[in-house]
Amino acid sequence: MRPVAILGAAMTKFGVSEKTNLEMFAEAGLEAIARSRLEPRDMEALFFGNCLGDFEEGQLHMAPFAHAELGLPVSAPATRFESACATATVATRHAALLVGAGVYDVVIAGGTERATKMGTSLATRTFAMASQAQHESAAGITFPGVFAMATHLYAHKYNIPLKDLKRHMAGVAVKNHSHGSMNPKAHFQKKIDIDTVLGGMMVADPLQLFDCCPFSDGAAAVIVADAAKAKDLIKDPVYIAGMGQASCGPLYVQKDLTRVLAREASIAQAYKEAGIGPDDLDVIELHDCFTIAEILALESFGVYGFGKAYDAATKGETTLNGSRVVVNPSGGLKAKGHPIGATGAAQLTEIVEQLRGESGPRQVEGARIGLVDTLGGDLGTVCNIILTNGVN
Amino acid sequence: MEYKLTFNHYQQGLEQGKFLGLKCNACDSVIFPPAAVCRECGSTDLTPTELSGKGAIRTFTVIRVAPEGRKPPYIVAMAELDEGPWALGNLVDMAPEQADMGLLGKRVTLGSHVVKGDTYATDDTHVLTFTLKAP
Ligand SMILES: [Zn+2]
Repeated sequence: MRPVAILGAAMTKFGVSEKTNLEMFAEAGLEAIARSRLEPRDMEALFFGNCLGDFEEGQLHMAPFAHAELGLPVSAPATRFESACATATVATRHAALLVGAGVYDVVIAGGTERATKMGTSLATRTFAMASQAQHESAAGITFPGVFAMATHLYAHKYNIPLKDLKRHMAGVAVKNHSHGSMNPKAHFQKKIDIDTVLGGMMVADPLQLFDCCPFSDGAAAVIVADAAKAKDLIKDPVYIAGMGQASCGPLYVQKDLTRVLAREASIAQAYKEAGIGPDDLDVIELHDCFTIAEILALESFGVYGFGKAYDAATKGETTLNGSRVVVNPSGGLKAKGHPIGATGAAQLTEIVEQLRGESGPRQVEGARIGLVDTLGGDLGTVCNIILTNGVN
Repeated sequence: MEYKLTFNHYQQGLEQGKFLGLKCNACDSVIFPPAAVCRECGSTDLTPTELSGKGAIRTFTVIRVAPEGRKPPYIVAMAELDEGPWALGNLVDMAPEQADMGLLGKRVTLGSHVVKGDTYATDDTHVLTFTLKAP
């Protein structure tokens, strides 16, 4: 594989949008292309993420329409990726694999989602479609339900009183909302406190409203290019140092939900390719779809031992200017929002900006190595991308 | 490669109160619900078998915000069956308000109930249930 760079990266504001999926993707995509000092006609392929367009807008096969919105040449194929919440990360990884293999020199990857259009009831139904249909979603499991079951297992396995665990989980929400308050692109830009989290309505015991990320609308895109050409285009490309992706089956195959086996396999690939380990990470954008999910992720990465990450946020170890590693400076899925088909590209956008020193009040000082972590479905897909700014 | 025990056969078993799975002739592990391949060793040398229908709760949740077409609250749980596999289903003989961490480790008996199909999943489906009291 030849070295691969990310040039421009961009995202729309996340939240509730009146724009169509295609309009949002065009905004993010054209901005990413412009930031790369390129034109749409320079794109050789589109790796397009969208999960639920058929339910949101009655639109299947959205990729060629996104291609037309961006004004890409007919010779550039547009392909849709769907890996539930990990969609855009998986699309970007495949873009990078083909650029690395020399098939393309410059491509665009990303995704768009308009989840709020569906309303909570249909959105909950469609998200549950990413659980195994015959045995699991038929039993009425929901995404909050999956992570709720993981929370009970975690409390039991590590012998932590549920009340204490929930207070520490609330600390994750407080931290990520605090970060989100500094992000003008975030769905929620308001700080919250522990009492707000612990006073929220119950969604799936023991997860309350503020343990959960919102349904959001938004789009994000990145330009992936041959690293040898990147310096000619922009002064500060960010390089892909390592990638990983792994898959696991339904919940009944996974058994102990506190161990995200797909993530453990994915991050091992990414560390190996990058030649780094958990202590080398300066900044992490990880998949905090629920507060417990951030805790599980930090343990899968080896940043913390198993059963040890639950109080990282309350101890101030993962906050901006905290004592260990900055986790979700963008606000994470929790505060920045989670338009599922776009999320991974937005995480990449945050890390690219962090590594360029462009993050303003939420800048992680001196960040050199950043990790993107996106989880799809009920722990069935995990994709990781490690980025570096090439500064030693 | 013929599928040894289809979902349809598994469903017919549930209808008759039987919990049909597969026994791997290569490594002796039990596969439930049925699959094409042994998850432990990859063998396709599998023989249909009937499970005891006993196990213990490993985790649970109470769904309070439900998908379209479902009436919350209800309990979803995972149990470890005596033969080794884990299964997901509905705990049906406890009021959701009573469910707490005390459930973890409790012995349960398997059963099934029918979940009506909806616009997207058109078949009615037998879904596993767990009961704390032996029938
Ligand atoms: Zn076997």
